Amino acid sequence: MSTADHSSFEILRQQFKSGMELTKACLSCHNLAAKQVRASSHWNWEMPNGRTGQMVGKRNVLNNTMMAISSNGPYCARCHISNDWKEEGFDYTAEDQVDCLACHDTTGTYASNKWHQLRVKCSACHVDWDKSKAREVVRKPNLSKLALQVGRPTVQSCGGCHFYADGGDGIKQGDLDSSLATASRHLDVHMAKDGLDYNCVTCHKTEHHQMRGSQYAPEGKDEHGMDVVEGSRATCESCHGLLPHPEGVNPKLNDHVDRIACQTCHIPALARGGRPTKTYWDWSTAGRVDDAGKDIVEKDEQGRVIYSSKRGGAQWAENLTPEYVWFNGQIDFTTLDDSIDPNGVVQLNSLAGSSDDPKARIWPVKVLRGKQPIDMEKATLVSASLFGKKDDGFWKTFDWPASIGAAMQAAGREFSGKVGFVETEMRIPVNHMIAPAEEALACESCHSRNGRMKDVEGLYMPGIGSVPILDKLFLTVALLALMGVLLHGVIRVISNRKKG
Amino acid sequence: MPEKILRFKRFERFWHWSQAALIIILLITGFEVHGIYSLFGFEQVVGYHKIAAWTLVGLWVFAIFWHFTTGEWEQYIPTLDRVDAMIKYYAVGIFKNAPHPFRHDPLRKHNPLQRLAYLFVLLVIGPTIWISGWFYLFYNTWPEYGLSTLKLEWIAVAHASGAYMILIFLIVHVYLITTGHTPTAHLKAMITGWEEIEEEKAHPEA
Repeated sequence: MSTADHSSFEILRQQFKSGMELTKACLSCHNLAAKQVRASSHWNWEMPNGRTGQMVGKRNVLNNTMMAISSNGPYCARCHISNDWKEEGFDYTAEDQVDCLACHDTTGTYASNKWHQLRVKCSACHVDWDKSKAREVVRKPNLSKLALQVGRPTVQSCGGCHFYADGGDGIKQGDLDSSLATASRHLDVHMAKDGLDYNCVTCHKTEHHQMRGSQYAPEGKDEHGMDVVEGSRATCESCHGLLPHPEGVNPKLNDHVDRIACQTCHIPALARGGRPTKTYWDWSTAGRVDDAGKDIVEKDEQGRVIYSSKRGGAQWAENLTPEYVWFNGQIDFTTLDDSIDPNGVVQLNSLAGSSDDPKARIWPVKVLRGKQPIDMEKATLVSASLFGKKDDGFWKTFDWPASIGAAMQAAGREFSGKVGFVETEMRIPVNHMIAPAEEALACESCHSRNGRMKDVEGLYMPGIGSVPILDKLFLTVALLALMGVLLHGVIRVISNRKKG
Repeated sequence: MPEKILRFKRFERFWHWSQAALIIILLITGFEVHGIYSLFGFEQVVGYHKIAAWTLVGLWVFAIFWHFTTGEWEQYIPTLDRVDAMIKYYAVGIFKNAPHPFRHDPLRKHNPLQRLAYLFVLLVIGPTIWISGWFYLFYNTWPEYGLSTLKLEWIAVAHASGAYMILIFLIVHVYLITTGHTPTAHLKAMITGWEEIEEEKAHPEA
């Protein structure tokens, strides 16, 4: 609980005409806050990759959803925690640009209302939307009211951006969607409204506005254990310790923690809250229009968009079984500058680790597969301008060369003009939607032939069998022995009967 | 009245039947652990397999003690004497109601083929299954003994191979029970201890 009731502060009881005015009021007391925020990855969208030094973060990486932020700036930047972001000439050092409400609004309404203030066609983002609800959603945030109810971030404050990453509710992550804001115990044992009722910052503990638990700096294996003094490091171990299973349950469970991430058993499936997550995003078919030249939207029987002219083909899943990989916490990203094999399956990121690596454990991952454009001549991945108001935005023109050219120019890269498409895969380590213990995986989920670990390399465990030829050989010999003794017995009976 | 000999002593019979039950339990549960079929569920079946294994360890402690204190271990000393006669008997003689080439008595309760078979069990199957099983049980303490380079897969393959050999042994063993002078003579002997000796057809050499 906070020790301050912000609604009684004189400085907040005024008519705010802009976010910047409100920020100045915040900073009049919290005079270090802006400096701290400006050092954060939420502000910079960029950070060095722990062990390799590769600059990562939204500004630098590519994926197979909206590909990259280059030249899509104003639209992607709706989620940037600034008051008035501009593509060119934005002053990252201006303290009054820090939008305190982006995270400290506790009503859960601000982020969405703020996004929708940019006046563009609804269809620029929404493949499919309900016009009747538009008026309700697109409402100018009332800063003067919101100023009175600031506080620690709620699930909705974080979720306002993170649930909707890469184009819609639950699309990218699979373990983060708006169902977590009203989580049941079944969906997430920590965040359950009728249970522990944790919010995001209970685990992602912040200090000086620096968040813990970044996707760009995960911990494959936390060996520090429980931290009573400092609290959560956004790892399971920081609260549950290094022997997390209590006495009274199968002692074998604690023997697993050196090689199996907690998430592997305790997140049995993704997208369990009723929101599907995307499993396949095919840009190569985007841009097809009907005879009248209008956009096409095709849905499956559950109402999921499986094709749209703007986004191409899609596949979705609920209760999705994750895939499993060895992972030691290091992720390397394929960038616009890396050469790729145009005929292969391009790994947009690679999770390091193997069975021989003591720092690696088996982790669950959401895999998003897809097809995305490349520069055929240079054999590199490309970015594309999607939203652009001018004639270079793909969603206006359906012209790949023009929209890729614009994006690559904005990113300062060459583009040959020759467009191809390549299969890509992106692996996202899974951390959220922790099921209650009784819904965790059972032993035979993995310890069985065709169990969940069947594609994990360099792994033997009881139950999956080994050297199949040996099984066949011995079973054949056993069968022959059985037939042999039966035959022997039959001959005995017959020969004795003759004599008898 | 046919002659009767006490072929199996009370402890021997207790050992045999409890070991038989344990081995069958171990085979059924072990092959489920190996992933051949699904019967009890992995967590349960591993528990059952471990309990049966430790019970068998306990039983063997008693059995080894018994064999050495009674001198019965000598029954397992191998001999090649008349092995050929045994093979000939099972291959030909048995169908012609020929006399058994070997006469059991309390001092020689195993025929020469049995001695060889049990020697194989003791020298090959036993060590394979016991040593690999022991490593399996203590898998999580391997690093403490400097055994980090050992692969669980090797141990599992050895253990499963031992189990298959026991299965094959069991099939032949169960059949050979019926080859006494009546089909149930050996079985009766293993239950009551007493075996009737076929006097009129007893082997002249015996």
